Amino acid sequence: MSRPRPDPVQLVKQRRDSALNALVEGVPYIRFLGIQFDRRGDEVTATLPFQEMLIGNPILPALHGGVTAAFLEVTAIIELSWSYLWEDIESGKIDPQTIDRSHLPRLPKTIDFTVDYLRSGLPRDAYARARVNRSGRRYASVHVEAWQDNRSRLYAQATGHFLMPPPANG
Amino acid sequence: MDVRGAQVTEDKMKIARQFIQALPHARALGMELVAFQEGTAEIRMPYDEKLIGDPETGVIHGGAVSALMDTCGGAAVMSHPEAGGTATIDLRIDYMRAATPGQAIRARAECYHVTRNVAFVRATATDDDDENPVASATGAFTLEVKR
Repeated sequence: MSRPRPDPVQLVKQRRDSALNALVEGVPYIRFLGIQFDRRGDEVTATLPFQEMLIGNPILPALHGGVTAAFLEVTAIIELSWSYLWEDIESGKIDPQTIDRSHLPRLPKTIDFTVDYLRSGLPRDAYARARVNRSGRRYASVHVEAWQDNRSRLYAQATGHFLMPPPANG
Repeated sequence: MDVRGAQVTEDKMKIARQFIQALPHARALGMELVAFQEGTAEIRMPYDEKLIGDPETGVIHGGAVSALMDTCGGAAVMSHPEAGGTATIDLRIDYMRAATPGQAIRARAECYHVTRNVAFVRATATDDDDENPVASATGAFTLEVKR
């Protein structure tokens, strides 16, 4: 028995990229902070390019702790939504031509979020990646790590719990 | 409080207000210091469309509420008579309900215990419905003693 011929690479990439774009664009707060997302397969990395308005302590200077919290929370929510959508993206159930906000399930809601500030955020770009540790029908637990120059020297990490959106069809 | 005491409080409030205004991110979020005394602080953040996290409902992103809670917690520590500087060690936020779109959010933080190096802080955030908080937070902050 032979497996079905895999979809052409362009189609696979287009499907994945347009789904990720649809999740991110249209959220004003993500645009306000200037957060961008890079994708390698299913792995998503968030980047927070440095801007003056992200500074909390002008004397050091250091990134605002609230910016770091927000960056981690945005990354956790996008990763959680992304992993939730992945099967439908891969199966082609989500049509890349028509995908936009209105065709996506609602975003998960944050129940609680705990940030651990490990060192002060330097005035330069920051990166973050999240890992979904448990995703049930209703609740999910997500861990997220942020770093600046060295992947192994985290400057902050967080764990959050989220309420999953109800499934699209009842 | 005598007249002189009230004057000192007012001066301190003025300095604190300028201090918050000098934080670029606090300014970007339009934060205003409402109260600042002896280990407590209150900060107001006006509703703004750029802070929306859920485009369908217009509800502000949790991250913006975190930024408000963090700033307010830090301000509460700074209002403590012994504090010379502070940084967040950890902050946990519970989101109890969505903030009502169009309404400003107010955070009130209280520094309920300080040791030589650490300040413990509790905070709540409310919108116009004062009885039902939007979020509550607890955090630990560093306490750098005044020199």
